[in-house]
Amino acid sequence: MFSILASKAKTSRANKTGSWRSLKKPKYLKTNCIGCKLCKLICPEGCIEGKEKNQYDTNLDYCKGCGLCVYICPKKDIEMVDEDK
Amino acid sequence: MKKFLEGSWAIAEAAKLCRPGVISAYPITPQTHIVEHLAQFVADGEIDAEAINVESEQSAASVVLGSQNAGVRSFSATSSQGLFLMAEVLFNIAGMRLPIMLVCANRAISAPINIWNDQQDSISLRDSGWIQLYAENNQEAVDLMIAGYKIAEDSKIMLPIMVCIDGFILTHGMETTDMPSQEEVDKFLPKYNPPFKLDVNNPMSFGLLGDPSVYTEARFSVQKTFDDVIPMINKVGKEFQSAFKRDSVRLVEEYKTDDAEVVLVTMGSLCGTIKDAIDAQRANGKKVGLLKVVAYRPFPKAAIAQGLKSAKFVGIIDKNISLGSDGALYTEVKSLLNDSNKQISGFIAGLGGRDITITTINNIIDLTEKEENHCKFVDVKKELLWEEFHAS
Repeated sequence: MFSILASKAKTSRANKTGSWRSLKKPKYLKTNCIGCKLCKLICPEGCIEGKEKNQYDTNLDYCKGCGLCVYICPKKDIEMVDEDK
Repeated sequence: MKKFLEGSWAIAEAAKLCRPGVISAYPITPQTHIVEHLAQFVADGEIDAEAINVESEQSAASVVLGSQNAGVRSFSATSSQGLFLMAEVLFNIAGMRLPIMLVCANRAISAPINIWNDQQDSISLRDSGWIQLYAENNQEAVDLMIAGYKIAEDSKIMLPIMVCIDGFILTHGMETTDMPSQEEVDKFLPKYNPPFKLDVNNPMSFGLLGDPSVYTEARFSVQKTFDDVIPMINKVGKEFQSAFKRDSVRLVEEYKTDDAEVVLVTMGSLCGTIKDAIDAQRANGKKVGLLKVVAYRPFPKAAIAQGLKSAKFVGIIDKNISLGSDGALYTEVKSLLNDSNKQISGFIAGLGGRDITITTINNIIDLTEKEENHCKFVDVKKELLWEEFHAS
Protein backbone atom coordinates (compact mmCIF):
# COMPACT_ATOMS: atom_id res chain seq x y z
CA MET A 1 0.00 0.00 0.00
CA PHE A 2 1.23 3.46 -0.82
CA SER A 3 0.29 7.03 0.05
CA ILE A 4 1.30 10.22 -1.75
CA LEU A 5 5.09 9.94 -2.12
CA ALA A 6 6.11 12.29 -4.89
CA SER A 7 4.83 15.28 -6.74
CA LYS A 8 5.44 16.84 -10.11
CA ALA A 9 7.86 19.74 -10.34
CA LYS A 10 6.54 23.23 -9.45
CA THR A 11 3.26 21.86 -8.03
CA SER A 12 4.20 23.13 -4.57
CA ARG A 13 3.51 26.65 -5.86
CA ALA A 14 -0.12 25.88 -5.10
CA ASN A 15 0.77 26.31 -1.43
CA LYS A 16 0.55 30.06 -0.81
CA THR A 17 3.05 30.03 2.03
CA GLY A 18 2.95 33.82 2.41
CA SER A 19 0.16 33.13 4.91
CA TRP A 20 2.91 32.15 7.39
CA ARG A 21 4.04 35.80 7.51
CA SER A 22 3.12 37.68 10.64
CA LEU A 23 2.99 41.38 11.61
CA LYS A 24 5.21 42.98 8.95
CA LYS A 25 5.70 42.89 5.19
CA PRO A 26 8.30 44.60 2.96
CA LYS A 27 7.27 47.74 1.09
CA TYR A 28 9.26 48.83 -2.00
CA LEU A 29 9.45 52.65 -2.07
CA LYS A 30 10.63 52.63 -5.73
CA THR A 31 12.36 56.02 -5.54
CA ASN A 32 16.12 55.53 -4.98
CA CYS A 33 16.49 52.02 -6.46
CA ILE A 34 19.71 51.55 -8.49
CA GLY A 35 18.77 48.07 -9.78
CA CYS A 36 21.63 46.32 -7.93
CA LYS A 37 19.43 43.20 -7.55
CA LEU A 38 20.74 42.44 -4.04
CA CYS A 39 17.23 42.09 -2.62
CA LYS A 40 16.34 39.53 -5.28
CA LEU A 41 19.56 37.58 -4.67
CA ILE A 42 19.28 37.45 -0.88
CA CYS A 43 15.60 36.51 -0.74
CA PRO A 44 15.46 32.96 0.76
CA GLU A 45 12.10 32.36 -0.88
CA GLY A 46 13.11 33.59 -4.35
CA CYS A 47 9.88 35.54 -4.45
CA ILE A 48 11.16 38.96 -5.52
CA GLU A 49 10.20 39.81 -9.07
CA GLY A 50 11.44 42.56 -11.40
CA LYS A 51 14.28 43.30 -13.82
CA GLU A 52 14.74 47.10 -14.03
CA LYS A 53 15.44 49.70 -11.32
CA ASN A 54 12.41 50.91 -9.41
CA GLN A 55 10.47 47.87 -10.72
CA TYR A 56 11.45 45.25 -8.11
CA ASP A 57 8.68 44.04 -5.79
CA THR A 58 7.81 41.12 -3.52
CA ASN A 59 5.28 38.46 -4.39
CA LEU A 60 3.40 38.46 -1.10
CA ASP A 61 1.85 35.05 -1.89
CA TYR A 62 5.18 33.53 -0.84
CA CYS A 63 7.02 36.20 1.21
CA LYS A 64 7.61 35.08 4.85
CA GLY A 65 8.44 38.60 6.03
CA CYS A 66 12.03 37.86 7.08
CA GLY A 67 13.16 41.42 6.22
CA LEU A 68 16.47 40.43 4.57
CA CYS A 69 15.66 42.61 1.52
CA VAL A 70 15.30 45.61 3.81
CA TYR A 71 18.56 44.73 5.57
CA ILE A 72 20.59 44.37 2.35
CA CYS A 73 19.24 47.35 0.34
CA PRO A 74 22.15 49.89 0.01
CA LYS A 75 19.78 52.76 -0.77
CA LYS A 76 17.32 52.06 2.08
CA ASP A 77 14.59 51.96 -0.55
CA ILE A 78 12.64 49.11 1.08
CA GLU A 79 11.02 49.20 4.52
CA MET A 80 9.03 46.85 6.70
CA VAL A 81 5.47 48.03 7.22
CA ASP A 82 2.44 46.70 9.06
CA GLU A 83 0.45 44.03 7.22
CA ASP A 84 -2.57 46.25 6.79
CA LYS A 85 -0.66 49.10 5.08
CA MET B 1 29.80 -23.68 -6.46
CA LYS B 2 30.92 -24.53 -2.92
CA LYS B 3 33.69 -22.31 -1.61
CA PHE B 4 35.44 -21.99 1.74
CA LEU B 5 34.88 -18.31 2.51
CA GLU B 6 35.09 -15.76 5.26
CA GLY B 7 31.59 -14.40 6.01
CA SER B 8 32.43 -10.88 4.84
CA TRP B 9 33.79 -12.24 1.58
CA ALA B 10 30.69 -14.37 0.96
CA ILE B 11 28.47 -11.36 1.67
CA ALA B 12 30.52 -9.15 -0.68
CA GLU B 13 30.26 -11.81 -3.40
CA ALA B 14 26.50 -12.09 -2.83
CA ALA B 15 26.18 -8.31 -3.13
CA LYS B 16 28.18 -8.44 -6.36
CA LEU B 17 25.90 -11.16 -7.73
CA CYS B 18 22.90 -8.85 -7.18
CA ARG B 19 24.52 -6.27 -9.50
CA PRO B 20 24.11 -3.06 -7.48
CA GLY B 21 24.85 0.10 -9.47
CA VAL B 22 25.95 2.12 -6.45
CA ILE B 23 27.75 0.98 -3.32
CA SER B 24 28.43 3.56 -0.65
CA ALA B 25 29.88 3.03 2.79
CA TYR B 26 32.14 4.60 5.36
CA PRO B 27 35.29 2.48 5.19
CA ILE B 28 36.67 2.70 8.73
CA THR B 29 35.57 1.27 12.12
CA PRO B 30 32.88 0.14 12.72
CA GLN B 31 33.09 -1.44 9.27
CA THR B 32 33.70 -5.02 8.19
CA HIS B 33 35.59 -6.41 5.21
CA ILE B 34 32.36 -6.41 3.23
CA VAL B 35 32.80 -3.03 1.57
CA GLU B 36 36.58 -3.50 1.36
CA HIS B 37 36.01 -6.54 -0.87
CA LEU B 38 33.33 -4.72 -2.86
CA ALA B 39 35.63 -1.75 -3.43
CA GLN B 40 38.22 -4.22 -4.75
CA PHE B 41 35.65 -5.76 -7.11
CA VAL B 42 34.86 -2.27 -8.45
CA ALA B 43 38.56 -1.35 -8.79
CA ASP B 44 39.24 -4.61 -10.64
CA GLY B 45 36.34 -3.99 -13.00
CA GLU B 46 34.56 -7.18 -11.86
CA ILE B 47 31.36 -5.27 -11.17
CA ASP B 48 29.80 -2.39 -13.07
CA ALA B 49 29.12 -0.12 -10.11
CA GLU B 50 30.13 3.18 -8.57
CA ALA B 51 31.84 2.75 -5.19
CA ILE B 52 31.34 6.06 -3.44
CA ASN B 53 33.66 6.71 -0.52
CA VAL B 54 32.17 9.08 2.05
CA GLU B 55 33.14 10.79 5.28
CA SER B 56 30.53 9.22 7.55
CA GLU B 57 27.75 6.66 7.67
CA GLN B 58 25.20 9.46 7.63
CA SER B 59 26.57 10.39 4.22
CA ALA B 60 26.76 6.76 3.07
CA ALA B 61 23.06 6.32 3.78
CA SER B 62 22.29 9.64 2.09
CA VAL B 63 24.22 8.59 -1.03
CA VAL B 64 22.31 5.32 -1.42
CA LEU B 65 19.04 7.17 -0.75
CA GLY B 66 19.82 9.42 -3.69
CA SER B 67 21.05 6.71 -6.03
CA GLN B 68 18.15 4.36 -5.33
CA ASN B 69 15.78 7.29 -5.86
CA ALA B 70 17.42 7.77 -9.27
CA GLY B 71 16.37 4.20 -10.09
CA VAL B 72 19.66 2.41 -9.39
CA ARG B 73 19.89 -0.68 -7.16
CA SER B 74 22.05 0.36 -4.22
CA PHE B 75 23.89 -1.36 -1.40
CA SER B 76 25.55 -0.39 1.86
CA ALA B 77 26.90 -2.12 4.93
CA THR B 78 27.67 -0.97 8.45
CA SER B 79 27.66 -1.87 12.10
CA SER B 80 26.80 -0.62 15.60
CA GLN B 81 27.70 3.10 15.99
CA GLY B 82 27.75 3.45 12.22
CA LEU B 83 24.19 2.18 11.98
CA PHE B 84 23.16 4.71 14.62
CA LEU B 85 24.81 7.52 12.67
CA MET B 86 22.68 6.39 9.69
CA ALA B 87 19.52 6.29 11.79
CA GLU B 88 17.98 9.57 10.65
CA VAL B 89 18.44 8.68 6.99
CA LEU B 90 17.23 5.09 7.46
CA PHE B 91 13.82 6.38 8.56
CA ASN B 92 13.78 8.64 5.48
CA ILE B 93 14.63 5.72 3.17
CA ALA B 94 11.72 3.68 4.53
CA GLY B 95 9.31 6.62 4.40
CA MET B 96 10.35 7.33 0.81
CA ARG B 97 9.78 3.64 -0.03
CA LEU B 98 13.25 2.99 -1.44
CA PRO B 99 14.11 -0.75 -1.45
CA ILE B 100 17.78 -0.35 -0.54
CA MET B 101 19.67 -3.29 0.96
CA LEU B 102 21.90 -2.78 3.96
CA VAL B 103 23.91 -5.53 5.61
CA CYS B 104 24.25 -4.90 9.32
CA ALA B 105 27.12 -6.77 10.94
CA ASN B 106 25.56 -6.90 14.39
CA ARG B 107 27.80 -5.40 17.05
CA ALA B 108 27.39 -3.94 20.53
CA ILE B 109 26.81 -0.26 21.23
CA SER B 110 29.01 2.04 23.35
CA ALA B 111 29.56 2.75 26.22
CA PRO B 112 31.68 0.93 27.18
CA ILE B 113 33.41 0.90 23.80
CA ASN B 114 32.98 -2.58 22.41
CA ILE B 115 33.39 -3.91 18.90
CA TRP B 116 32.11 -7.43 19.57
CA ASN B 117 28.82 -9.09 18.70
CA ASP B 118 25.36 -8.55 20.06
CA GLN B 119 22.17 -7.40 18.32
CA GLN B 120 21.49 -4.12 20.09
CA ASP B 121 22.27 -2.02 17.01
CA SER B 122 19.69 -3.33 14.56
CA ILE B 123 17.14 -4.07 17.29
CA SER B 124 17.26 -0.42 18.31
CA LEU B 125 16.27 0.47 14.73
CA ARG B 126 13.38 -1.98 14.54
CA ASP B 127 10.89 0.92 14.30
CA SER B 128 12.56 2.47 11.26
CA GLY B 129 10.31 0.81 8.65
CA TRP B 130 13.02 -1.52 7.34
CA ILE B 131 12.42 -5.22 6.79
CA GLN B 132 14.83 -7.06 9.12
CA LEU B 133 16.00 -10.61 8.47
CA TYR B 134 18.51 -12.37 10.75
CA ALA B 135 20.89 -15.01 9.39
CA GLU B 136 22.06 -18.06 11.33
CA ASN B 137 25.13 -18.72 9.18
CA ASN B 138 26.95 -17.35 6.15
CA GLN B 139 24.99 -19.50 3.70
CA GLU B 140 21.76 -18.07 5.03
CA ALA B 141 23.20 -14.55 4.83
CA VAL B 142 23.98 -15.03 1.14
CA ASP B 143 20.55 -16.53 0.45
CA LEU B 144 18.67 -13.83 2.36
CA MET B 145 20.53 -11.13 0.40
CA ILE B 146 19.70 -12.54 -3.03
CA ALA B 147 16.08 -13.17 -2.06
CA GLY B 148 15.99 -9.92 -0.08
CA TYR B 149 16.27 -7.65 -3.10
CA LYS B 150 13.44 -9.56 -4.76
CA ILE B 151 11.21 -9.20 -1.69
CA ALA B 152 12.02 -5.52 -1.16
CA GLU B 153 11.79 -4.42 -4.80
CA ASP B 154 8.44 -6.04 -5.54
CA SER B 155 6.10 -3.33 -6.78
CA LYS B 156 3.65 -4.15 -3.96
CA ILE B 157 6.35 -3.81 -1.27
CA MET B 158 8.99 -1.13 -2.06
CA LEU B 159 10.51 -1.15 1.41
CA PRO B 160 14.19 -1.22 2.39
CA ILE B 161 15.70 -4.40 3.78
CA MET B 162 18.33 -4.96 6.44
CA VAL B 163 20.06 -8.34 6.44
CA CYS B 164 21.46 -8.76 9.95
CA ILE B 165 24.49 -10.93 10.44
CA ASP B 166 26.22 -11.54 13.76
CA GLY B 167 29.46 -9.56 13.76
CA PHE B 168 32.69 -11.57 14.04
CA ILE B 169 30.86 -14.86 14.68
CA LEU B 170 29.70 -14.83 11.06
CA THR B 171 31.41 -11.89 9.36
CA HIS B 172 34.89 -13.06 10.36
CA GLY B 173 34.16 -16.79 10.50
CA MET B 174 35.19 -19.18 7.72
CA GLU B 175 32.51 -21.53 6.43
CA THR B 176 31.74 -23.60 3.37
CA THR B 177 29.29 -21.52 1.37
CA ASP B 178 27.52 -22.57 -1.79
CA MET B 179 27.78 -19.49 -4.03
CA PRO B 180 25.31 -19.39 -6.92
CA SER B 181 26.55 -18.44 -10.38
CA GLN B 182 25.86 -15.03 -11.95
CA GLU B 183 23.57 -16.68 -14.53
CA GLU B 184 21.46 -18.30 -11.80
CA VAL B 185 21.10 -15.03 -9.89
CA ASP B 186 20.32 -13.05 -13.07
CA LYS B 187 17.57 -15.56 -13.83
CA PHE B 188 16.13 -15.29 -10.31
CA LEU B 189 16.44 -11.56 -9.66
CA PRO B 190 14.84 -9.22 -12.23
CA LYS B 191 16.23 -5.75 -12.95
CA TYR B 192 15.16 -2.96 -10.60
CA ASN B 193 12.38 -1.01 -12.22
CA PRO B 194 10.72 1.50 -9.86
CA PRO B 195 7.39 3.13 -10.74
CA PHE B 196 8.79 6.61 -9.94
CA LYS B 197 12.35 7.90 -10.00
CA LEU B 198 14.42 11.06 -10.33
CA ASP B 199 14.50 11.77 -14.04
CA VAL B 200 15.47 15.03 -15.78
CA ASN B 201 12.98 14.32 -18.54
CA ASN B 202 10.13 13.94 -16.06
CA PRO B 203 10.98 16.14 -13.07
CA MET B 204 9.45 15.11 -9.76
CA SER B 205 10.01 15.98 -6.10
CA PHE B 206 10.57 13.23 -3.51
CA GLY B 207 10.81 13.29 0.27
CA LEU B 208 8.39 16.17 0.54
CA LEU B 209 6.92 17.94 3.50
CA GLY B 210 3.95 15.90 4.76
CA ASP B 211 1.80 18.09 6.94
CA PRO B 212 -0.86 16.75 9.34
CA SER B 213 -3.26 16.26 6.42
CA VAL B 214 -1.12 13.50 4.82
CA TYR B 215 1.48 12.24 7.34
CA THR B 216 -0.73 9.61 9.02
CA GLU B 217 -1.49 7.96 5.67
CA ALA B 218 2.24 7.68 4.89
CA ARG B 219 2.82 5.76 8.13
CA PHE B 220 -0.39 3.74 7.73
CA SER B 221 0.59 2.61 4.25
CA VAL B 222 4.01 1.36 5.43
CA GLN B 223 2.36 -0.55 8.29
CA LYS B 224 -0.18 -2.10 5.89
CA THR B 225 2.61 -3.04 3.49
CA PHE B 226 4.37 -5.00 6.23
CA ASP B 227 1.27 -7.26 6.26
CA ASP B 228 2.04 -8.01 2.60
CA VAL B 229 5.73 -8.65 3.29
CA ILE B 230 4.89 -11.82 5.27
CA PRO B 231 3.29 -13.68 2.32
CA MET B 232 5.93 -12.15 0.03
CA ILE B 233 8.76 -13.73 2.08
CA ASN B 234 6.95 -17.09 1.80
CA LYS B 235 6.41 -16.64 -1.95
CA VAL B 236 9.98 -15.57 -2.73
CA GLY B 237 11.21 -18.29 -0.35
CA LYS B 238 9.46 -20.93 -2.48
CA GLU B 239 10.87 -19.42 -5.68
CA PHE B 240 14.31 -19.39 -4.08
CA GLN B 241 13.96 -23.02 -3.05
CA SER B 242 13.06 -24.15 -6.54
CA ALA B 243 15.91 -22.11 -8.07
CA PHE B 244 18.68 -22.86 -5.55
CA LYS B 245 17.44 -25.97 -3.66
CA ARG B 246 17.67 -24.38 -0.23
CA ASP B 247 14.79 -23.43 2.10
CA SER B 248 16.69 -20.70 3.94
CA VAL B 249 14.32 -17.86 2.97
CA ARG B 250 11.49 -18.12 5.48
CA LEU B 251 9.83 -16.34 8.37
CA VAL B 252 10.86 -18.83 11.07
CA GLU B 253 12.55 -22.20 11.27
CA GLU B 254 11.10 -24.86 13.55
CA TYR B 255 13.81 -27.21 14.83
CA LYS B 256 12.41 -30.33 16.55
CA THR B 257 9.44 -28.39 17.93
CA ASP B 258 6.73 -30.91 17.00
CA ASP B 259 6.75 -32.79 20.31
CA ALA B 260 8.91 -30.36 22.30
CA GLU B 261 7.89 -29.36 25.81
CA VAL B 262 10.62 -26.78 26.16
CA VAL B 263 11.14 -24.47 23.17
CA LEU B 264 13.83 -21.83 22.99
CA VAL B 265 13.28 -18.80 20.76
CA THR B 266 16.07 -16.61 19.41
CA MET B 267 17.63 -15.09 16.27
CA GLY B 268 20.95 -15.29 14.46
CA SER B 269 24.06 -17.41 14.88
CA LEU B 270 23.16 -18.52 18.39
CA CYS B 271 20.64 -20.91 16.79
CA GLY B 272 23.54 -23.12 15.64
CA THR B 273 24.79 -23.61 19.20
CA ILE B 274 21.26 -24.23 20.43
CA LYS B 275 20.68 -26.94 17.80
CA ASP B 276 23.77 -28.79 19.08
CA ALA B 277 22.57 -28.45 22.68
CA ILE B 278 19.12 -29.74 21.66
CA ASP B 279 20.58 -32.77 19.89
CA ALA B 280 22.55 -33.66 23.04
CA GLN B 281 19.53 -33.15 25.32
CA ARG B 282 17.29 -35.23 23.03
CA ALA B 283 19.83 -38.07 23.17
CA ASN B 284 19.11 -38.08 26.91
CA GLY B 285 15.36 -38.19 26.26
CA LYS B 286 14.54 -34.55 26.97
CA LYS B 287 12.03 -33.02 24.57
CA VAL B 288 13.57 -29.69 23.63
CA GLY B 289 13.14 -27.64 20.45
CA LEU B 290 14.12 -24.33 18.88
CA LEU B 291 12.09 -21.71 17.10
CA LYS B 292 14.48 -19.60 15.05
CA VAL B 293 13.05 -16.21 14.14
CA VAL B 294 14.42 -15.15 10.73
CA ALA B 295 12.04 -12.28 10.02
CA TYR B 296 11.93 -9.87 12.95
CA ARG B 297 10.31 -7.07 10.90
CA PRO B 298 7.65 -7.83 9.86
CA PHE B 299 7.11 -9.77 13.08
CA PRO B 300 5.58 -13.09 11.92
CA LYS B 301 2.97 -13.51 14.64
CA ALA B 302 1.07 -16.45 13.13
CA ALA B 303 4.22 -18.43 12.33
CA ILE B 304 5.58 -17.90 15.85
CA ALA B 305 2.31 -18.89 17.51
CA GLN B 306 2.22 -22.01 15.32
CA GLY B 307 5.83 -22.91 16.18
CA LEU B 308 5.15 -22.64 19.91
CA LYS B 309 1.86 -24.56 19.80
CA SER B 310 3.06 -27.68 21.61
CA ALA B 311 5.44 -25.94 24.00
CA LYS B 312 4.70 -25.84 27.72
CA PHE B 313 7.82 -23.86 28.56
CA VAL B 314 9.16 -21.11 26.31
CA GLY B 315 12.61 -19.56 26.82
CA ILE B 316 13.39 -16.48 24.75
CA ILE B 317 17.03 -15.43 24.45
CA ASP B 318 17.77 -11.82 23.55
CA LYS B 319 21.20 -10.49 22.59
CA ASN B 320 19.80 -7.05 23.30
CA ILE B 321 17.89 -5.26 26.00
CA SER B 322 15.47 -2.38 26.03
CA LEU B 323 16.96 -0.90 29.20
CA GLY B 324 14.27 -0.28 31.76
CA SER B 325 12.05 -2.92 30.18
CA ASP B 326 12.94 -6.41 28.86
CA GLY B 327 14.57 -8.06 25.86
CA ALA B 328 12.96 -7.02 22.58
CA LEU B 329 12.08 -10.48 21.26
CA TYR B 330 10.78 -11.57 24.69
CA THR B 331 8.48 -8.55 24.90
CA GLU B 332 6.90 -9.30 21.54
CA VAL B 333 6.59 -13.07 21.90
CA LYS B 334 5.19 -12.65 25.40
CA SER B 335 2.56 -10.17 24.21
CA LEU B 336 1.63 -12.60 21.44
CA LEU B 337 1.07 -15.52 23.84
CA ASN B 338 -0.23 -13.55 26.79
CA ASP B 339 -3.51 -15.45 27.11
CA SER B 340 -1.93 -18.92 26.87
CA ASN B 341 -1.07 -21.25 29.75
CA LYS B 342 2.58 -21.48 28.76
CA GLN B 343 5.36 -20.52 31.14
CA ILE B 344 7.34 -17.90 29.23
CA SER B 345 10.76 -16.65 30.29
CA GLY B 346 13.12 -14.06 28.88
CA PHE B 347 16.91 -14.27 29.06
CA ILE B 348 19.58 -11.72 28.22
CA ALA B 349 22.82 -13.28 27.03
CA GLY B 350 25.82 -12.75 24.78
CA LEU B 351 26.04 -8.98 25.23
CA GLY B 352 29.18 -7.30 23.90
CA GLY B 353 30.52 -10.53 22.45
CA ARG B 354 30.39 -12.71 25.58
CA ASP B 355 30.31 -16.34 24.43
CA ILE B 356 27.10 -18.30 24.82
CA THR B 357 28.27 -21.86 25.32
CA ILE B 358 26.34 -25.13 25.32
CA THR B 359 26.64 -25.04 29.14
CA THR B 360 24.88 -21.65 29.10
CA ILE B 361 22.14 -23.05 26.87
CA ASN B 362 21.65 -26.10 29.12
CA ASN B 363 21.41 -23.74 32.07
CA ILE B 364 18.79 -21.65 30.24
CA ILE B 365 16.77 -24.77 29.39
CA ASP B 366 16.79 -25.78 33.10
CA LEU B 367 15.75 -22.28 34.20
CA THR B 368 12.98 -22.12 31.57
CA GLU B 369 11.39 -25.21 33.09
CA LYS B 370 12.04 -24.27 36.70
CA GLU B 371 10.55 -20.79 37.05
CA GLU B 372 9.20 -17.81 35.15
CA ASN B 373 11.68 -14.99 34.56
CA HIS B 374 11.04 -11.87 32.52
CA CYS B 375 14.54 -10.51 32.10
CA LYS B 376 17.11 -12.92 33.46
CA PHE B 377 20.73 -12.02 32.72
CA VAL B 378 22.75 -15.20 32.47
CA ASP B 379 26.44 -15.56 33.34
CA VAL B 380 26.61 -12.26 35.27
CA LYS B 381 29.93 -11.79 37.10
CA LYS B 382 28.86 -10.53 40.51
CA GLU B 383 32.43 -9.59 41.45
CA LEU B 384 32.34 -6.78 38.84
CA LEU B 385 29.31 -5.07 40.35
CA TRP B 386 28.98 -2.43 43.02
CA GLU B 387 25.73 -1.74 44.78
CA GLU B 388 26.38 1.99 44.90
CA PHE B 389 29.05 4.53 44.00
CA HIS B 390 31.73 4.77 46.67
CA ALA B 391 32.37 8.19 48.12
CA SER B 392 36.08 7.63 48.64
